[in-house]
Amino acid sequence: MIQVKNLHKGFNGQEVLKGIDYQFERGKTNLIIGQSGSGKSVFLKCMLGLFKPDQGAIEYDGKPYSNFSDEEQRELRTEIGMLFQGGALFDSMTVEENVMFPLRMFTNQKRGEMRDRVHEVLKRVNLEGNDTKMPSEISGGMQKRVAIARAIVNKPKYLFCDEPNSGLDPQTATIIDNLIQQLTHENEITTVVITHDMNSVLEIGERIAFLKDGLLAWKGTKEDIFHTQDKTVTDFVYSSNLFKKVREAQLKGH
Amino acid sequence: MTYLYSIGEYFIMLKGVFGRMTKGSVLRNLIFKEINELIMGSMGIVSFLSFFIGAVVAIQTALNLNNPLIPKSLVAFAARQSIILEFAPTFISIIMAGKVGSFITSSIGSMRVTEQIDALEVMGINSKNYLIFPKIMAMLTYPFVIAISMFLGIAGAYTAAVFGGFVTSDQFLTGLQDDFIGFHLVYAFIKTILFAFILATVPSYHGYFMKGGALEVGEASTTSFVWTSVVLIITNYVITQLLLS
Repeated sequence: MIQVKNLHKGFNGQEVLKGIDYQFERGKTNLIIGQSGSGKSVFLKCMLGLFKPDQGAIEYDGKPYSNFSDEEQRELRTEIGMLFQGGALFDSMTVEENVMFPLRMFTNQKRGEMRDRVHEVLKRVNLEGNDTKMPSEISGGMQKRVAIARAIVNKPKYLFCDEPNSGLDPQTATIIDNLIQQLTHENEITTVVITHDMNSVLEIGERIAFLKDGLLAWKGTKEDIFHTQDKTVTDFVYSSNLFKKVREAQLKGH
Repeated sequence: MTYLYSIGEYFIMLKGVFGRMTKGSVLRNLIFKEINELIMGSMGIVSFLSFFIGAVVAIQTALNLNNPLIPKSLVAFAARQSIILEFAPTFISIIMAGKVGSFITSSIGSMRVTEQIDALEVMGINSKNYLIFPKIMAMLTYPFVIAISMFLGIAGAYTAAVFGGFVTSDQFLTGLQDDFIGFHLVYAFIKTILFAFILATVPSYHGYFMKGGALEVGEASTTSFVWTSVVLIITNYVITQLLLS
């Protein structure tokens, strides 16, 4: 579980996050949605420790991150898996080397053991037989799946995903969404997904936080989002025609 | 103020490079990989340039020695001095700033643009140590490149001077040994080690702290070449003043 308390962060005198309180639950896909510039990425980077908050606290399983010693911070980071928007695969390494990377860095496993684990996760993301390929030789969707495999290979407690569907076709995007949700449930991971893809909200939005102008404007589940009358949320959500039609169908009871 | 900020940022980066170390077995592989890319990959161009520049130095010296009172062996003496003192350590380092420096800046810069450096940091890896330290270690073998450059430069000078009919082989070998001062070699290799450190760290700084996209990676490579050359030339002047004057 990750608890965020009164989080403030600004740059050059301009406040981007203006006091966010929120709780990300374990074993659930927690979505952060909002328009571009609403502070989603800054929020994520504060949680990952890449930005230091100006005020407030982020607690991992009840312990404030700011109180962690350097050693504890390093330890925590080995428990974090991150899926970057572009995949962020190391382009000088093969698929297998990319996935094996966290194991090589943080475990003392023998090469054979590491390989077994890598093949296990590659199988889990349906990428068997691609071990020796370079990232440039596989499609965008496959790169995302390799990035997921790398993020989960060390059995993380927390999984962060920054717009996992950007640049993917709807079918691949659904596969990625479902994979993230299944892994979250199977491994009881606290998953945080940043997205503005409304299909993802429909697919995996177990808990949703809506950010607007650096503030938490709304929170709820994918079921709640259909019935909310909050105008800030409806203006954002129903800018998608597809979502508008889904809602109409739901209200009609289809 | 911007320059002061950058200089401060550069030294803070160096502190980070020698901070928390990456796992030994991983680091060892990275160092060998960098030696292959930075050092072995440059041997071709360094050898080619050294041989022919040495030849040109010998021809030009020979053509400018018209006075019969000046011994012909001076051709070899002049070639040796210019190759050992300046051409091999300094000129080759400027070439390396273009070849190796641009490569370092663009490879680290691309990693910055594609969030690979963020990925390392999120995993709890000291990205400065992981990316820059192996390059510094690999560049410690740079004096071997310069030694080969010196040898090939003199070989080029010999080939051009002797086979071009300017001097005899004996005259050349006599000149090569005339008034040889061993400290000149020490001076050249002290310079080389400092240049190696500059060649590894200044381009790394420009790549590591770059902002933007693909276009900016190109700009960073150009800026990196300019600043690496400037730092090399200033360091060359300071070291020469300290050690030879």
